[in-house]
Amino acid sequence: MSVVTEIALEAFVLLRLGERRFALKANQIVELIAPSRVFRFPHRTTALEGVILRRGRIIPICDVSEQLVGKKLTVRRFYLIGHRLFGTQKEAIALPVSGDCELITAELTPRSESDLAHVTGWLSHGGDAIEVLNLEGLTPGPLATRAVSPFSHPVAEVRA
Amino acid sequence: MQAVAPNKARTPRAEQIILFRIGGQLFAISSASVQEVRSIDSLTGICHEIPSTSVRKVRHTVRRNDQTHYVVNGTVHFGIPAAPASLVFFLRHTPTALLIDSIEKMTTMTYLQALPLAFCHEERNWYRGLTPLDQTVVPVVRPEGFLSTEELTLLDTAVQELKKEAKGSAGAPE
Repeated sequence: MSVVTEIALEAFVLLRLGERRFALKANQIVELIAPSRVFRFPHRTTALEGVILRRGRIIPICDVSEQLVGKKLTVRRFYLIGHRLFGTQKEAIALPVSGDCELITAELTPRSESDLAHVTGWLSHGGDAIEVLNLEGLTPGPLATRAVSPFSHPVAEVRA
Repeated sequence: MQAVAPNKARTPRAEQIILFRIGGQLFAISSASVQEVRSIDSLTGICHEIPSTSVRKVRHTVRRNDQTHYVVNGTVHFGIPAAPASLVFFLRHTPTALLIDSIEKMTTMTYLQALPLAFCHEERNWYRGLTPLDQTVVPVVRPEGFLSTEELTLLDTAVQELKKEAKGSAGAPE
């Protein structure tokens, strides 16, 4: 007797930060764009470095590489624009990435309790186990709890 | 066809703004929020030093039209490198006199985007939002954001104590 298991495949975007790859659910991604001028102004949210102007909209930039791979990106090839939820409100946020992005379908393995707050699950692709990122856990926002990362330093900032 | 819901973050009407610099950084403020612009030199003689408080950005007061204005050092407020100020904005509806480097120009903004929610610290009180202007993005300051209620209470208390001391020393026998 054979047991047929239904595998739920989902679409993900693979992104590269230095030598490592991470994934985001494809339905969170708006577009991938070439780096453009960064506008900086005084603020106290240290995880944000400024904003870019895209089709008349102002989008904050959050370099998550230090949290995820322990160092800032030296090469930025693209900005991956994603949607981040703030309660019920959805806003765009730009993540600098260091290489090409790839759209794949894979099965999501849900996160376990031991996973860090920025991990929403795992997927297997090309022999690698890849973290699926939780933007709400990775990028700053109000009324949120801070993500714990092996690379994160104690800062006054509050994260989801 | 379904109508597109209006975006609450957008403000379509035009608004007169003043572009100015603090510590070399460009900011905008609604011209309706500025009661008067004066040069620093014109404050000589009407400016009074106040004792040190935890409000580091205020070291002086100016008495004007029977009201005490607290002179706010903009570079300390925004945490940017110090720069010599040459002008002061007396703001409406707040006892704030803001030190600035210079006025860039007066212009009109037609679009003000709310500060993205990812900015989640003090800057939410500092700015009304951001406006794209002449190929750049300018933060539009909130006049009430320079001094919080707590800071005003601290400063009011310091000024009251200073007045009491002055009265006491004036009345003391020589």
